[in-house]
Amino acid sequence: MNEHLRRSAADLAADIAARRISSEEVTRAHLERIEAVDEEVHAFLHVDGERALAAARDVDARVAAGEPVGPLAGVPLGLKDVLTMRGAPTTCGSKILQGWHPPYDATVTRRLLEAGLVVLGKTNMDEFAMGSSTENSAYGPTRNPWDTSRIPGGSGGGSAAALAAFEAPLTIGTDTGGSIRQPAAVTGTVGVKPTYGGTSRYGLVALASSLDQPGPCARTVLDAALLHEVIGGHDPLDSTSIDAPVPDVVGAARSGDVTGLKVGVVRELGGAGYQPGVQQRFDEAVALLSSLGAEVVEVSCPSFEQALAAYYLILPSECSSNLAKFDAMRFGLRVGDDGSRSAEEVMNLTREAGFGDEVKRRIIIGTYALSSGYYDAYYGSAQKVRTLIVRDFAAAFETVDVLVSPTTPTTAWPLGERVDDPLAMYAADLCTIPSNLAGNASASFPVGLAPEDGLPVGLQVIAPPMADDRLYRVGAALERALTEQWGGSLLDRVPERAEVSA
Amino acid sequence: MALTPEDVAKLAALARIDLTGEELQHLAPQLEGILEAVASVQQVADADIPPTSHALPLTNVFRPDEVRPSLPREDVLAGAPAAEEDRFRVPRILGEEA
Repeated sequence: MNEHLRRSAADLAADIAARRISSEEVTRAHLERIEAVDEEVHAFLHVDGERALAAARDVDARVAAGEPVGPLAGVPLGLKDVLTMRGAPTTCGSKILQGWHPPYDATVTRRLLEAGLVVLGKTNMDEFAMGSSTENSAYGPTRNPWDTSRIPGGSGGGSAAALAAFEAPLTIGTDTGGSIRQPAAVTGTVGVKPTYGGTSRYGLVALASSLDQPGPCARTVLDAALLHEVIGGHDPLDSTSIDAPVPDVVGAARSGDVTGLKVGVVRELGGAGYQPGVQQRFDEAVALLSSLGAEVVEVSCPSFEQALAAYYLILPSECSSNLAKFDAMRFGLRVGDDGSRSAEEVMNLTREAGFGDEVKRRIIIGTYALSSGYYDAYYGSAQKVRTLIVRDFAAAFETVDVLVSPTTPTTAWPLGERVDDPLAMYAADLCTIPSNLAGNASASFPVGLAPEDGLPVGLQVIAPPMADDRLYRVGAALERALTEQWGGSLLDRVPERAEVSA
Repeated sequence: MALTPEDVAKLAALARIDLTGEELQHLAPQLEGILEAVASVQQVADADIPPTSHALPLTNVFRPDEVRPSLPREDVLAGAPAAEEDRFRVPRILGEEA
């Protein structure tokens, strides 16, 4: 494997800025890696090597001319295919948007390009981010680099697998109910869901507008923080964007000091129903935090028991409304327009042909939950549960600085196992959903491999709104101690992919 | 609650999705299972709990009402399924021939 592939984004950027290596060389190495392994992993839906190399040469020229460049300039990155970028297709993993080229850049995309990051391509995802395994992509599943017979998590399985397969040192994800954190957990990578409003949703094709949030995915805590800083901050184009400075995430990631930090273990997220090896690695990591000076207490958040149910009413309701825009009139697929059919008939045929099973399930559930006669019992009740969850968090954060839990109840399961069992699939998001409902900040950090199957386990950290820096403080503390314990990064133990020659 | 394939067909019509008979048979029991699983929210939702629709306590955000350039027409129409005379071309909007 090329020497640049395993390095951190921070190191690569430092060497590029100091002209020890060129961005072009680093970018080329990653493009070759994608060429060699992505037929098997399938982390990418679209790769534009020429564009990436041109962007890399541009950074190299700016460095050579002595221009100041950002802390991640010249580093290659994969962008989840739910964020728009001019000059590239955006499909959201759906047939209904096959071949659509958006006419504008998402704010996240614009900030990445302005910071000199080199976009390699668009990463695979469950259709419109609905799923926990990336099997709902209309373009075929992504495979987990730890075991290619298993799922890489979802919806951002492409972004997570690209990191674990060393196809990119950085990727962008979006998190509506765990789509950054759960894939991070099952691939042994780092994923952060910023405070709702901390990163712009402009140009993010909406699933559930009150829950969606873009965030950084990386192999190290510092890399995630550096990327967070690039994409975060106020955006007038998103009316829910927070008009305040980005918390000092980079400083926190460099510090990793958890002395005196009050850590609450959520009683309701663990124990019975959790895979023994997941629980074991989680417990060990909590003990490690304690040994590093954190004060660990148990905290009860009783309403979290209802979070999954509330989420699977709120999300489908918002999604049934958001996806109404795919009407076959202004963009995307159009089916059956033979002159004999009305606009409505064409619309119905197009949505039938263009949406996959899970999207149809959620749109129909949402339509039901919002229909007159059922609105109060379903959507209305779910919104009240959301209030209870917000209150549980508020009460917990009066006594602790952060909350922790396993990120997901199990390690990566075999491809196909839950694909036609929606309730089993939904259970993967049990621990991650409460944070989206409350809009606070959360992240997943790798804490080892489950002894029974040798697959990665993630620890979730949740912090109050706009206290995203605390996530990085905890993540950095764990990373430092565990790397020392293991004698290297967890990802050093990913099986070597057989590289096929192009 | 029992959700029949006919109920699902009605909901699908409201959602503008032309499901096949096979899909209706396949989806009805799945959707029923999901609705049963999520119905538990009704047990905890007391009447005096205010609903939360959004994570942030939002107030309206305003911007100056200034004229700004819109996207170029050709860029927008480039992604259209069909365009004609600088406009989106759509199928007839009436259900029957006039």
